[in-house]
Amino acid sequence: MVRGPSAVLATLDGLVEELRRVGLPISVAEKVDAAAALAVVDLADREAVKRGLGATLVKNGDHGSMYDTVFDLFFGGPPATPEPTAGLDALDDATVRQLVLESIEAGEESSLRQRGLARVLVDRHAGLEPGQPVAGTYYLYRVMRALDTDALLAGFVERAEQRQPGSTGDELNRRLLVEGLERGISSFRQELEAEIRRRLVADRGAGAVARTLRHQLPEDVDFLTASAEQLRLLGEVLAPLARKLAARIGARRRHARRGSVDFRKTIRGSLSTGGVPVDVHFHKPRPAKPELVVLADISGSVAAFAAFVLQLTYALRSQFARVSSYVFVDGLDDVSELIDKSTGIAEVAAEINRRGLGVWLDGRSDYGNAIDTFWRQHGARLRHRTTVLVFGDARGNYHSPRTEVLGRIAQRAGHVYWLNPEPRAAWDTGDSVIGQYARHCDGVFECRNVRQLEAFVERLA
Amino acid sequence: MTDARAAPNFDSAAHVAGALRGTGYVPDTRIASVVHLADRLGKPILIQGPAGTGKTQLARSVADATGLQLIRLQCYEGLDESKALYEWDYRRQLLQITAQQSSGVSDDLFGEQFLLTRPLLSAIRSDQQAVLLIDEVDRLDIETEALLLEVLSEFQVSIPELGTLRARVRPLVFLTSNNSRDLSEALKRRCLFLHIGYPSVEREREIVLAQVPGISGVLAGKVSQLVRSLRGLDLKKRPSVSETLDWARTLLLLGVDDVSPEIVVDTLPVLLKNEADIEIATKELDGSGS
Repeated sequence: MVRGPSAVLATLDGLVEELRRVGLPISVAEKVDAAAALAVVDLADREAVKRGLGATLVKNGDHGSMYDTVFDLFFGGPPATPEPTAGLDALDDATVRQLVLESIEAGEESSLRQRGLARVLVDRHAGLEPGQPVAGTYYLYRVMRALDTDALLAGFVERAEQRQPGSTGDELNRRLLVEGLERGISSFRQELEAEIRRRLVADRGAGAVARTLRHQLPEDVDFLTASAEQLRLLGEVLAPLARKLAARIGARRRHARRGSVDFRKTIRGSLSTGGVPVDVHFHKPRPAKPELVVLADISGSVAAFAAFVLQLTYALRSQFARVSSYVFVDGLDDVSELIDKSTGIAEVAAEINRRGLGVWLDGRSDYGNAIDTFWRQHGARLRHRTTVLVFGDARGNYHSPRTEVLGRIAQRAGHVYWLNPEPRAAWDTGDSVIGQYARHCDGVFECRNVRQLEAFVERLA
Repeated sequence: MTDARAAPNFDSAAHVAGALRGTGYVPDTRIASVVHLADRLGKPILIQGPAGTGKTQLARSVADATGLQLIRLQCYEGLDESKALYEWDYRRQLLQITAQQSSGVSDDLFGEQFLLTRPLLSAIRSDQQAVLLIDEVDRLDIETEALLLEVLSEFQVSIPELGTLRARVRPLVFLTSNNSRDLSEALKRRCLFLHIGYPSVEREREIVLAQVPGISGVLAGKVSQLVRSLRGLDLKKRPSVSETLDWARTLLLLGVDDVSPEIVVDTLPVLLKNEADIEIATKELDGSGS
């Protein structure tokens, strides 16, 4: 593509605008840097432009994939030109698939041949309809179905076996082979995606396609409405988050300068200044760590939320003297040990389901009974250093809320906080009785996404 | 800008890639582009990524490739300006006072001769262009992070008693971070951002070939494929590139020419440093074999 500098700058405007709209913090200084970068990189090399703008605009590793998508929209270029691949149009489906197979086996990545094949496949199978305000995922799904990747994979292994008998005999080699091919398929899939996106942009313009593709940054995804894919991404965001929070909390504790004067160290330090204590040294403060009791509602409506919360509190357990976790629906079960022994939250969730933990009678949330059970069985363990966290939407299916029991818990424990994954507007509507519980809590917080969860946990410790 | 921009060290991203390869560092196109850009724009690079993927090594290799002096500032909690920027040499000042008392000549006590330069100031005052590596910047306290801002954007240091010292030649600056906390927006804004993740299979193979002399191409390929496969598992600590290299050296020492499941399981402790992780990987590799 040949474009003048002003056209490129205009496209940069659109790109930055869209990135800001999805929530990336891009300052004016960074935009100026991006423009400066454009003066240095080779404008004819699309990948170089992408890397240059990326380095100046995106300063968070988690936002990389978002940037890639948006960049491809605004600097996608025209659909692949038909000339180099004209011959492909005449081939039948089976031959095209065969060619895809060969190109993946040869380890090609976004070669001319792959681009041509992607174009032919999209032509034949995507069934694009101009003017429809849809994102490309549906079209991609149709093409991928026509390609039938599972059969492709099986074909690969078979061919490898034929070419070199015994090469796949070893499970390990077979595993490596299959993984290599899966990578090849996923890179071809990206090729298809790019092709579809180019068509959509040609049809409707980059801005319009960006609107349909616009999705939230992982930290803004709502727990209650997240899709399975978003939940998986959330899990990935949460793992480093726990580490970060732990470091931040630990550092803050150590820096609270309330310790008494360390006389020995001060005098020793004063020797280099002739006995004048210029620097006063303090004892490092060692504040007692709070104990944490987590009560999480794991009924269907808020199960995903509970999983994240349990994961986060457990990742932070070094910052607390002790963390005990309980799950409830209409009954209550202690899962501290279970989480301690497991290797991941998925395993915990599976185990909780298998054992049917938390369920007592009919498996519909009964906050009153759960809280009462907790008080009777574990209430004696509460002390003033204990912080009780309740996670749930306080929708008790019109069972008795037993708020007075929560009052007793609040009296014995140091603090009681309630985190509600529902938007504030939905509180106290229908069977939600959060308002009645709130009277006995030190705080009730809306906690709909990772950002809010993070803010709360940091305040807590 | 009053400071002298150094003449660019590199003509193009390809030039960067070639020069780095010459030192045994295998860059991908992204790394090469960002280094080129930083060199041309005179901006620092903030490198982020998991441990052991060659963040620090990149700065070292750039210094090697350009023949510039490497000045390193290792960050840690509690680092302050007297260790990062400058300090007044109070012993010499005391001597000076004593000397003045006897001679009666009074002289300025805060001249450059009493200044002890620390890494940041040395990098700025150096006559030759230098490569400044600010390692593990995420370990700095949030308040101390502000120390870096003036150096990174204006390439100058303000000393109250002396005035502002500007860079003679702008250094090439690399900051590394393990992302153990979020850096301030002010710091990030001043830098180009480079995320170095785990390398692709092909690049890791090249790294193994470059760093482990005597290893065969086939074995290097197998090693990188296997490590990639292990990184796909749900592990607490994924094997880093340095662990891949250790493993490749181990295999070479053992005289292995093809990787079998038994050998992998036997040598797993070189790659994985966590009991639970080793168990998961063993189950995954062994379980599929039987």
